[in-house]
Amino acid sequence: MTTRDIVFICFAVLAAGCALLAVTTKQVVHAALWLVATLGTIAGCYFVLGAELVGLVQLLIYVGAVIILVIFALMLTRAPIGKHDDLATPGWQRAVAAVVGASLAALIAAVVLPVVTDAAVDIPASTNKGVSAAIFGVWVWPFELLSVLLLSALIGAFIVSQVVRAAGRPGGGERR
Amino acid sequence: MMHLTAPVLLSAVLAGIGAYGVLARRNAVLVLIGVELLLSSANVLLVAMSTQERPYVLSETTSVAMYGGQVMTIFIITLAAAEIVVALAIVLAMFRVIGHIDVTAAPEGEVEPATDEPVAAAASAGDPGSPAQGVSGP
Repeated sequence: MTTRDIVFICFAVLAAGCALLAVTTKQVVHAALWLVATLGTIAGCYFVLGAELVGLVQLLIYVGAVIILVIFALMLTRAPIGKHDDLATPGWQRAVAAVVGASLAALIAAVVLPVVTDAAVDIPASTNKGVSAAIFGVWVWPFELLSVLLLSALIGAFIVSQVVRAAGRPGGGERR
Repeated sequence: MMHLTAPVLLSAVLAGIGAYGVLARRNAVLVLIGVELLLSSANVLLVAMSTQERPYVLSETTSVAMYGGQVMTIFIITLAAAEIVVALAIVLAMFRVIGHIDVTAAPEGEVEPATDEPVAAAASAGDPGSPAQGVSGP
């Protein structure tokens, strides 16, 4: 056990606990806030693993932008405030989901753990310079492709809302 | 120095919790939270494995440091942002048309023609206004 191991285990336990609360809490808005805590502690895990740029991107994009979108979606769909029991599926379905989740975790652990259990690895002091050079050198075409993808996702989201607004007005307006 | 057992275990646990969240929730936004946890599990595994990465050897004298694990993680975070934008647009559209975002509810029979036909008409004729009025009138 090295110092990095201990710090990582602290972050990992926090992340797993917050993730468990995010999928089991009975309050809709609390689920989003527990997701903030989960992603923030996972960013801490990235820092411990020496991936500072990834941790900062995680904080900026996930905790900064994605969570805001999720909370906006919850507010725009009139999420109920307070405890609600009908957020989760019926009991037998939750039991099946728990079995599937546990077996997925066991499968991944059983497959990947034998690969890594050998010895302690060196964490370099800082990899930012190398990662930046790799993004704009080796990976520059996938990087440009991702910017096109973000643009098309933006246009796609706009078109989905426009088509539904045109379609939903006659049907949706009458029923309310 | 660090052992990689804990990161792999964290990744496995997050994947399990994410799968549970996708399967056990009825609210569509909460299903998306489970998807985010699954993506984060993949990210943790990629970053953990990137600590073992060696430079890619091109020839006997030159080698390139690719940092594939970390760069892929940044790409996945970007993909997750794009994914959640489109997914939340669809969820909001679902709320506007059906009135709820319960993914386990059976579709209501009377809703189907009112939502489907104007979309099809808009796709074929390019004018959503007049066919939609014709459908809703009678």
